[in-house]
Amino acid sequence: MSEQILEVKHLSKNFGKNQVLKDIDFTVNKGDTISIIGASGSGKSTLLRCINLLETPTAGEIWYRGKNVADRKVKAHEYRSHVGMVFQSFNLFNNLTVLENCIVGQRKVLKKSKQEAKETAMYYLDKVGMAPYINARPRQLSGGQKQRVAIARALAMNPEVLLFDEPTSALDPEMVGEVLAVMQQLAQEGMTMLVVTHEMAFARDVSSRVVYMNDGVICEQGSPADVFGNPQKQETKDFLARFRNT
Amino acid sequence: MDKLIKLFEDVARLWSKYSSFYLDGMKNTLILALVATAIGCVIGLVCGVLNTIPYSKNDNIIKRFFLALIRVLVRIYVEVFRGTPMVLQAVFIFYGLPYFTDNAMRFDDLWTAAILIVSINTGAYMAESVRGGIISIDPGQTEGAKAIGMTHVQTMTNVILPQALRNIMPQIGNNFIINVKDTSVMFIIGFTEFFAFHRYITGVNMLYFPSAAIEMIGYLTMTLLASFLLRWVEKLMDGSSSYELVQVDSLTMSAGNYSHPGKPFAEQNKEKKHLFRGRKRGEQDE
Repeated sequence: MSEQILEVKHLSKNFGKNQVLKDIDFTVNKGDTISIIGASGSGKSTLLRCINLLETPTAGEIWYRGKNVADRKVKAHEYRSHVGMVFQSFNLFNNLTVLENCIVGQRKVLKKSKQEAKETAMYYLDKVGMAPYINARPRQLSGGQKQRVAIARALAMNPEVLLFDEPTSALDPEMVGEVLAVMQQLAQEGMTMLVVTHEMAFARDVSSRVVYMNDGVICEQGSPADVFGNPQKQETKDFLARFRNT
Repeated sequence: MDKLIKLFEDVARLWSKYSSFYLDGMKNTLILALVATAIGCVIGLVCGVLNTIPYSKNDNIIKRFFLALIRVLVRIYVEVFRGTPMVLQAVFIFYGLPYFTDNAMRFDDLWTAAILIVSINTGAYMAESVRGGIISIDPGQTEGAKAIGMTHVQTMTNVILPQALRNIMPQIGNNFIINVKDTSVMFIIGFTEFFAFHRYITGVNMLYFPSAAIEMIGYLTMTLLASFLLRWVEKLMDGSSSYELVQVDSLTMSAGNYSHPGKPFAEQNKEKKHLFRGRKRGEQDE
């Protein structure tokens, strides 16, 4: 069996009286590409944000390297530097150029030298095809380009897991492809990835495991072939049928 | 028309006689406004940053208590100094300190007093501007910074404050221009700024209107100059609106485009150079 990186135990999250996540159990192994699918409001993004501690879980544990990071005593920023995140709205730093965006974290958080940080940044920017744009500022890039830079920025921190929160949902249709291509390449190279997505083709073709969430619980999970080809639960069937119709 | 000519004559007469006074006043006004705005900005920045430190129910009680205390103190400071006239604050502080300390603490130097009063006043306005500047930055910026493991301080200094400061530049300019004009109330404690000389000069010769005309022109010159400079600074801060494409990035360059000088490879070298040029001119590759 491959090495286990993250283990989520009995995770719950309430926003006021509204329980968004209900007792979630979930593991991530090294090299997994897990797609989390489900209708809007089913708790997919909240799960991802809880894993990165951008939302504080109401109850439950998140185990990473023998530590429960949901515990208040663990320093969230230290843990986050091992878990990369790519957002729906890119969240590139608007005051910095493309290259500086990929360097600032390495310099300030990982305390790398200027030269080393630049080389790492250039390596990943080249990988996502954004090396020619290092002097551009975020406002001068298209959505797809911004998202590719955001992926490079996350990769430059050399994370163990990369979380994608609907990375293509804010993109124009013609730009979805370039971002998915980068993600597919990462998956093939063995990057551990957790992807919240509405791109069913990506979930089916690229991921090693598909998780279907419904109403704050994990309704069904398994290999893409099982979940898409032979769904067991009625909710999953309905959800997938709706997708095929549109 | 006669009146205008007379005005010009009077202004010229005043100017020839008192130009050094007026210029000295302008100099004092500008220095006071500049220094006090700068210090006020620092006060405002500190207050604004302290005021926006996030805390939640999960934090320990001491941290929460201190942060809540800071917010209350800043709130009181802002409300008091924003809510009272500066001319009164000047009198209050300048005469109040010796009064309460039996002359143990008093201002021997008018500059210190003037700068202190105007700075505190500016700081109260700037505290709110900085707070507004910080909360106006998209929360996504903070999340992006947190997601790569930055602490609150790192997030502030590297991501939020540079953007917030750019956004409040017009507000800083506003305060500077207001200070150029409003330092005129400092005559109340005897500080000799531009307007104080108007009072002094008209006290001697009664040429109220011509002197006021000089003052108007003087203040307008200073504020217009300030506006112009501020626009220029803002443009500088925005950086270039275009960017250079780096066609061949440094990593591929170091390995791929080296051509060895020497005969055996002469033909090949030409070809390589040709290829290189073609690539540089052509569209960027995927």
